[in-house]
Amino acid sequence: MKDELKIRVVKGPDGVEFEVEPLKDYYCEAAPTVMPAAYIKIVEDLFNWARSESIWILGFGTGCGAIEMRPLMTPRFDAYRFGVQWRPTPRQANLFVISGYLSTKTLKRAIRSYEQMQNPKYVIGLGSCTINGGMYWDSYNTIKRLDDYLPVDLYIAGCMPRPEALLAGFQDMKKLIRAGKAEGANLYAENFEWYKANQKRVIHDWDMPDYNW
Amino acid sequence: MRELHTKLISLFPIGELTEQRPNLAFVTVPQEHLRSVLLHLRDCEGFTHLILLTAVDWLEEGQFQLTYLLSNRTAGRDIGLRVMLARDGATMQSIHDVWPTAATYQRELREMFGIDFPGSPRLHEEFILEGWNDIPPYRRDFDTLKYAEENYSQRPGRETRDPAAHMKQQLT
Repeated sequence: MKDELKIRVVKGPDGVEFEVEPLKDYYCEAAPTVMPAAYIKIVEDLFNWARSESIWILGFGTGCGAIEMRPLMTPRFDAYRFGVQWRPTPRQANLFVISGYLSTKTLKRAIRSYEQMQNPKYVIGLGSCTINGGMYWDSYNTIKRLDDYLPVDLYIAGCMPRPEALLAGFQDMKKLIRAGKAEGANLYAENFEWYKANQKRVIHDWDMPDYNW
Repeated sequence: MRELHTKLISLFPIGELTEQRPNLAFVTVPQEHLRSVLLHLRDCEGFTHLILLTAVDWLEEGQFQLTYLLSNRTAGRDIGLRVMLARDGATMQSIHDVWPTAATYQRELREMFGIDFPGSPRLHEEFILEGWNDIPPYRRDFDTLKYAEENYSQRPGRETRDPAAHMKQQLT
């Protein structure tokens, strides 16, 4: 465990010494909860319509697929005309595009980023690496099946998919959200123990709280 | 490169020259003479730049080969120094005081091949892998497929075909 995460005694400005346990004191321990739908279907449909029209992507490139997201931001493909834009922080994003292979080291960061995102949140797995390992099927440090670790709402196949495929994927994602079928965050909350067990099986030096909210 | 090799061979007990290109050659150096050869090349022959330091695992011979690739920018030529190490308990003297960048390479080699470089700064900090719990993964006796199958769950239904046989079948 890293030094800054160990329990330590800190002296406050008033001279009082107190114990700090970073993993407990700096993070919220509460596990994620299932977010119930709105009280009436027509309101939920309105919410879902609004959510589908404001897809904000976390600007986190995890593999070679991140290179396919850059052309989408620029005028040639211009994803912004579909209400899709990129945000610099997980707190402002609601769609996490896992863009390619995930090494276990990156998986740890991806989990932290995913858990820091606010509900409602969605995950798209991009490229064959996220589906079955792709060309990293025999790699010693790359996970082969993303939906064991994060709840994936939609996969876009290809190695790598072209930006057009991503645009089509975003349109499909919108349809899923509007139909109320993009329930990945609730799935994650319901099966939290299972996801955590899977994550901890591949991340051997778990040095973060169980839920990074 | 020939005249450089002639000059070097009169000073150090080094091996034969293998010329890859007119401006790139490799030479084998005994482990204990590496440091003096490096210093000589850097200070007297103008090979001021360490391009890379890497290793090859000769599993069958029970040896590691370290390659120190140096560059002479003004003359536009490179020389690679090969050092053979015993594979069991592989240890090599550190050259981080000759080129500070070597410390990073040595950290990587310690993690990926398990070669020890005593005295090298931050040598035992994790470099790329986090929480690694097996033998160093670049060693050739490490079975990466077996490790992947044991550790990472696989989606069922994946097929693998031999490319040559598959294409032959497709074309007939």
